[in-house]
Amino acid sequence: MTLEINGIVAGYGGEPVLHGIDLAVGVGELVAVLGASGSGKTTLLRVVAGLHRPDAGTVHLGGDDVTGLAPERRRVGLVPQEGALFAHLTVARNIGFGLVPPGLARLRRPAGARASARARVEEMLELVGLTDKADRMPHQLSGGERRRVALARALAPRPQVVLLDEPFSALDSGLREQVRGEVVEALRAAGGTAVLITHDRREALSVSDRVAVLHAGRLEQTAEPRELYAGPATARVAGFVGDAALLPATAAGDRVRTVLGPALRRPGVTPDGSVLAVLRPEQLRITDADGPEGRPGTVERVEFVGDALLVTAQPDGGPAVRVRAEPGAGWRAGDRCRLYTDGPVHVVPVP
Amino acid sequence: MVAALASIPLVWLFVRVGGASTDRVAELLVRERTVTLAVNSAVLVACVSAGCLVLGLVTATLLARVRLPRPGLWWVLAALPLAVPSYLLSFAVLAISPTAQGLGPLVLVLVLACTPYVTLPAAAALRTADTGPEDAARTLGRGALAAYCRVTLPQALPAALAGTLLAALYTLSDFGAPAMLRYESFTWAVRAAYEGSIDRTAAAVTALVLAALTLLLVVAERVARRRFTRARATTAVRRVPPVRLGRAGTALAVGGLSVVAAVTLLGPPAALIARIVRAGGVDVDWARLVSAAWSTLMLSGAAALLAVALAVPVGVLAARYRGRTVSAVESLSYLGQGLPGVVVGLSLVFFSLAVLPGLYQTAVVLVFAYAVLFLPKAIGATRSAVERVPPEVEEVSRTLGRSARATWWAVTARQAWPGVATGGLLVMVTAMKELPATLMLRPTGVDTLATLLWGRTAVASYGAAAPAALALLVVACVPAALLVRAGTSREERS
Repeated sequence: MTLEINGIVAGYGGEPVLHGIDLAVGVGELVAVLGASGSGKTTLLRVVAGLHRPDAGTVHLGGDDVTGLAPERRRVGLVPQEGALFAHLTVARNIGFGLVPPGLARLRRPAGARASARARVEEMLELVGLTDKADRMPHQLSGGERRRVALARALAPRPQVVLLDEPFSALDSGLREQVRGEVVEALRAAGGTAVLITHDRREALSVSDRVAVLHAGRLEQTAEPRELYAGPATARVAGFVGDAALLPATAAGDRVRTVLGPALRRPGVTPDGSVLAVLRPEQLRITDADGPEGRPGTVERVEFVGDALLVTAQPDGGPAVRVRAEPGAGWRAGDRCRLYTDGPVHVVPVP
Repeated sequence: MVAALASIPLVWLFVRVGGASTDRVAELLVRERTVTLAVNSAVLVACVSAGCLVLGLVTATLLARVRLPRPGLWWVLAALPLAVPSYLLSFAVLAISPTAQGLGPLVLVLVLACTPYVTLPAAAALRTADTGPEDAARTLGRGALAAYCRVTLPQALPAALAGTLLAALYTLSDFGAPAMLRYESFTWAVRAAYEGSIDRTAAAVTALVLAALTLLLVVAERVARRRFTRARATTAVRRVPPVRLGRAGTALAVGGLSVVAAVTLLGPPAALIARIVRAGGVDVDWARLVSAAWSTLMLSGAAALLAVALAVPVGVLAARYRGRTVSAVESLSYLGQGLPGVVVGLSLVFFSLAVLPGLYQTAVVLVFAYAVLFLPKAIGATRSAVERVPPEVEEVSRTLGRSARATWWAVTARQAWPGVATGGLLVMVTAMKELPATLMLRPTGVDTLATLLWGRTAVASYGAAAPAALALLVVACVPAALLVRAGTSREERS
């Protein structure tokens, strides 16, 4: 099912938190909404779920306007931060919660409904790999298992869209990647349309089909992960989705000139003239001071991160940049060096 | 609606006072006696509150953080004084020393009776307190005790202060103990004014001042609570390993707890039995005793049900939607406890005569009086129980196709009911001990254990009062024990 958000303005009485958000999510697509805390990403999710009423704008699910619809009638699946499992129900009954009609209506349901609900719970347990834990209580589960139950519970009633609200943020970093992998795999297997809220750029880039960058209640850019990383629209997005040095530069046609010398310009929409060059650590090279190419400079700081050496160096007459070097290279603070760019350079307007 | 019901007594007070001439009211208000009474009551409340807070926090610390032999036993012993009416303790004091009277013995009695109000919530809060900051404080150079007192104890302070408020309200509205120990508090004066003259304006004015004092207490507690940050809402709770005190320390802790428990719990029955023995045995009117016990159970049980029914909407509002109006409704509901039983009793006599004459002197009015009086206990319990259910869980339920109402029944109520039931039990225990309102409102010919006891002690036949008192103790201990079990088992599960 598709999700379409148009011109959403929302807030809590005072200044709006969201200033006109437009976002479309296609069938089976996983879109990550990436933003710092306070950017309004949780409010956006609550608007989509129907838990928060927007001041303006519309939400369409599968083509139908659901803006005024109560959350229980929208058919959205919600996976909150720490899972928020029903502490008084077993894993199986948590998953089946959305399949059981509320109150006395459950007594009137046709004979087949009970069996089909049970089959669906089985199916979901299998999907998230928890068949043997069906009768556990939530407090007997590990953090990762709780997330998976929460996902299974959200998916069981076949929602039109699944909303994930930073579901992995409270997990340890090692566990996080594993749980993320399991959850996203299950989500993909179910073929669901999904929106993932996160403040973790690696998470956003690695699991989603498209990333929407939210800043101060406005969407700065929505693009596929690779495009977003290589061709950010603004300086803020450039810094937000990855490590980058922003060097003052002059652009003219397909050429761009920085303190590190001339380079080929990556095609883009930024007008010629005074711009900022976005230089990722892996786009920069560092060589011995007596090398033939590049701008002379001084090494300021060296960080060893295992598979690489991150060297912070200051080119003479320019601001410091971070360079990704071979892990075996012997750089020390204070060394003289030469710095240059490798490959086309992307530029953004000066903010 | 609930607030309106809860404020019937107060409204009646205003009507009474408003109906009197202004000169008379002013004359009553400014006379020296009012000032004396106010000072007396303030001194009493201050002493009892301080005593309860200190004794309660010490006891809570021992219960929650110290390794004691038979830990479950101490929890029960710490909670059981809830079942002992203050007038029974006073009676024990009088039985031991017939000349005892005044502030000292009264403070002792009320501190012993009211400390569980502080101990239980504080101990529960300490058990689930975040010990991370305490560890940090230790690494920053504080000693174990200093770190505990500066860092962890403040986390339990909101709970302890809420408990202290209950203790203070109990003290302010207690009638039996001050009457028996001859201390001129407000409640005592109100009743004296009601009984001593036909001019009820004097009593109404005195009661109104008392209500104002209550409001002051509630506001003071609010302000104090706001200064300490609210309990954090993390879901992962680590059980704190209890501290070993060493042989001497453990002996001291056990000894201290035992003395307090023995004085409170064994004192009254011992004194009662001593009385019976001295009187050379008594003829027990078994039929009357059994019927009184039965009506005590029925009335307090019905009161508990009604109080919970009234408290749930207010408690849910207070837990979920903080706001000016909700705060006001909650505060208003607290008034019941500050108003002495006599005032609630008489106001309801008038109210039922004027509005629903058919109900006058029926169990319905008495049960309603209990519910109004003890609503705060049920509301407090409901609020904290509902606050423990994370709102996200309700939101998930909404997205899974349940309406707000269906979510409440399927999720919130299911998770919160132990807490709500605890509130109901608290109401029941307290209603069993209630004396003044019961005296005024009970249906003709019906005795509860409390009125049976009072009837005998009023004519100073202490020996004859003993069987009723013992029965009251036994009956009241049942829900108190249940209460403790519900509390401890819930904590162990989480």
